[in-house]
Amino acid sequence: MPEVKIRKIITSIEEIFHEGGPRANTPLMRGYVMAVIENPYAGSYVEDIQPFMEDLKPLGLEMAQKLLAALGVEARQVEGYGKGAIIGTAGELEHGALWHAPGGYAMRDVLGGAKAIVPSTKKVGAAGVRLDVPVTHVDASYVRSHFDSVEVGLNDSPRSNEMAVILVMTTGARVHNRAGGLDAKDIKGEDGLR
Amino acid sequence: MIADIRKIAVWVEETHSEIGKSISPPTRKAVAVAVIKNPFAGAYTEDLTPLMDIGAELGGLLGHKCVAALGITPAQAESYGKAAMVGEGGELEHAAALLHPKMGAPLRIAVEKGAALVPSSKKMGGPGQVLDVPLGHKDAAYVRSHFDGIEVRMNDAPRAGEILVAIAVTDSGRPLPRVGGLAHAEAEGKDGLR
Repeated sequence: MPEVKIRKIITSIEEIFHEGGPRANTPLMRGYVMAVIENPYAGSYVEDIQPFMEDLKPLGLEMAQKLLAALGVEARQVEGYGKGAIIGTAGELEHGALWHAPGGYAMRDVLGGAKAIVPSTKKVGAAGVRLDVPVTHVDASYVRSHFDSVEVGLNDSPRSNEMAVILVMTTGARVHNRAGGLDAKDIKGEDGLR
Repeated sequence: MIADIRKIAVWVEETHSEIGKSISPPTRKAVAVAVIKNPFAGAYTEDLTPLMDIGAELGGLLGHKCVAALGITPAQAESYGKAAMVGEGGELEHAAALLHPKMGAPLRIAVEKGAALVPSSKKMGGPGQVLDVPLGHKDAAYVRSHFDGIEVRMNDAPRAGEILVAIAVTDSGRPLPRVGGLAHAEAEGKDGLR
């Protein structure tokens, strides 16, 4: 079983006070944590890659806890989330798909059972590449005010034999949201959609 | 608060290994960014005093943000740096007014002491552009292991009428320093140089 070899961990918190409109009473926070790890399957095609998914679970949990701590809020104050992966050029896109289960379950675990699917994106890229990680409401995917994204990246990552795995959390709606649709206060929060 | 702040972002980068060698404890760099309205965008203004006062305010605010994000005491900070990127409606001198006259004193309170010059960089630029913040030892500029830098980049800043202001603080030097020179442990930290 390959072990997870971490080279770097980035934690980023953005506080948004306004975007040209009225100043928010409480700034919107958007945070992400990104771990740059060795890709055990870089270099050649490997058929059975699923063992690494198990190995990623503790890392996912550690990252989700780290991000929540960096936001400095209670778990219930996290209203949006997302995840992503960037695979270095000696790997393949499928390696990024290994992050789906460990990343998603780690956040649900730390946030106390969020209902909605965790939106995600992935790509193969070279060091310095940017990834726009999608964000949606944690309990009801159709909440329009919470559709957002957070741009992530690091100048020296991922190297060809690495991959970067990312978790994103936000504390609320877009700062000047006014495009209508399902409102967070009207959700049922049962099916993960509405 | 004099500055009209649209956003604050704080980023912490930990290096756990490099070129196959484990770094224990990991080296850590923090950078805090404020995106502010440029009060002088659009026309030439002779007296830049208000920007100097904003510089003082941000020196304390962003310095404290970095120290808090690293979870260290001010005395544990080892190196620092500052930089500003002015949106296209402003001029390079606006960055100088923010960075040079008054930013240093409150920053030095945030990191305790700080006998050395705070290394700096400045430029004009737009959203998505990279700003490299130089880093140097806070008490002895000749400490060779602490010459470094950290990159910041925000996809939506600075807009034409904004300035992106960054302060970086570390609790360590480069991950694997081995080019000699004055060492951290040997620095006297009296004259700011050695």
